[in-house]
Amino acid sequence: MKYQNEYRDRELVTKLINLITKTATKPHTIMEVCGGQTHAILKYGLDKLLPATVQLLHGPGCPVCVTPIEVIDQAIQIASQTNVIFCSFGDMLRVPGSAENLLSARAKGAKVKIVYSPLDAVKIAINEPNKEVVFFAIGFETTAPANAMAIDMANKLGVKNFSILVAQFLVPPAMAAILSGKENTVAAFLAAGHVCAVMGFTEYEPLCAKYKVPIAVTGFEPVDILQGVYSCVRQLESGSFAVDNQYARVVNRAGNLMAIALINKYFKPATIVWRGIGEIPDSGLVLRAEYNSFDASNRFSFLKANNTGPKIASACIAGLILQGIKKPVDCQAFGGNCCPERPLGAPMVSVEGVCSAYYHYRHELTQGK
Amino acid sequence: MCLGIPGEVIEITEDAGFLQAVVNFGGIKKTVSLMCTPEVKLGDYVLVHVGVAISVIDKAEADRIYSYLDEINELEDQEQS
Repeated sequence: MKYQNEYRDRELVTKLINLITKTATKPHTIMEVCGGQTHAILKYGLDKLLPATVQLLHGPGCPVCVTPIEVIDQAIQIASQTNVIFCSFGDMLRVPGSAENLLSARAKGAKVKIVYSPLDAVKIAINEPNKEVVFFAIGFETTAPANAMAIDMANKLGVKNFSILVAQFLVPPAMAAILSGKENTVAAFLAAGHVCAVMGFTEYEPLCAKYKVPIAVTGFEPVDILQGVYSCVRQLESGSFAVDNQYARVVNRAGNLMAIALINKYFKPATIVWRGIGEIPDSGLVLRAEYNSFDASNRFSFLKANNTGPKIASACIAGLILQGIKKPVDCQAFGGNCCPERPLGAPMVSVEGVCSAYYHYRHELTQGK
Repeated sequence: MCLGIPGEVIEITEDAGFLQAVVNFGGIKKTVSLMCTPEVKLGDYVLVHVGVAISVIDKAEADRIYSYLDEINELEDQEQS
């Protein structure tokens, strides 16, 4: 496909690897933020092609993985109401709640529908006026415009039977939290290209200055990722730390102003909890008070929390993995008690979860388990 | 999750006052919202995420891929000299 195949060119990949190998004279640790990048790195084996001096750490960039267990439980409770059609992206369905997941709730009769876009959920609400249609609005900044747009559409068209259960996360506060952590070893970041397509990259400039880390805005194809790595290595070697846009065909500094305006109209920042990591100040979005009527947790506030199960499976070290402190192979359960069919933690569920990526592309690590 | 796919805009339409486009992704056609990219013209490539075009692909920047090889060779020459 145009604008994809060109960036998978073998000769360019080889050249970039050689260039990075020659440039890196000492060890460097770089974190890719986005799960899509993690997936591409493991799929194409880029981590194995890079020299031993360049270590890639995998970041928290998978919203499916960081949605708190309480929110999953709330989703299951709402979905189990008789008059509800619960719409969600497909990869949320197998994420373990404290007792079950959305897929098992569906097997028991809950109306859970997989949709491609929040806008499809609004259309379902228009076609089913006697049902309460709820969309599970999870995501990073990339998905926030679509979620805001769904509210905009429902608001303008007077669709009263539509609401969203919000679990919206913001990337820069999480990067700041990682950098200020006691165990942090991250010296540079590959910023998530599609988050930046929406938000631009001005938010990253203060991070570079405060923590003295280079940040390369990076795309998702092998050549894109290696360009991001090369940019970071070059900066680390020369002692500079700036935001370098290596995904200029998609990202500009200010971002998509229409999308940002739409997000700001319907959402406001809030301190929220990331599964496995904990509370991070101003790291999420919630609906503004004037749009409370579209908030499913408000509309279904009569449902009492019933999360009596364990907060997280005891063997699961997802929190440490999502912060780049451990890798999936460091987990006792990886590939044995925990696999995509029977996940203990969310990073094994989503196709972009780091444990799932290791499971699918590193067969040698699971042999004998 | 933040998957974005580039595709070519082949038709611009409207639904209930909301601007949208038919986008061709290597043969698969889908209707997507243009609410965040109203400047789009026929033949443009857009980056689509969950049914919304979030960015118009900058053709000049994208075409730089064809000169990367020369750029890298030049960098290597500089290092060797």
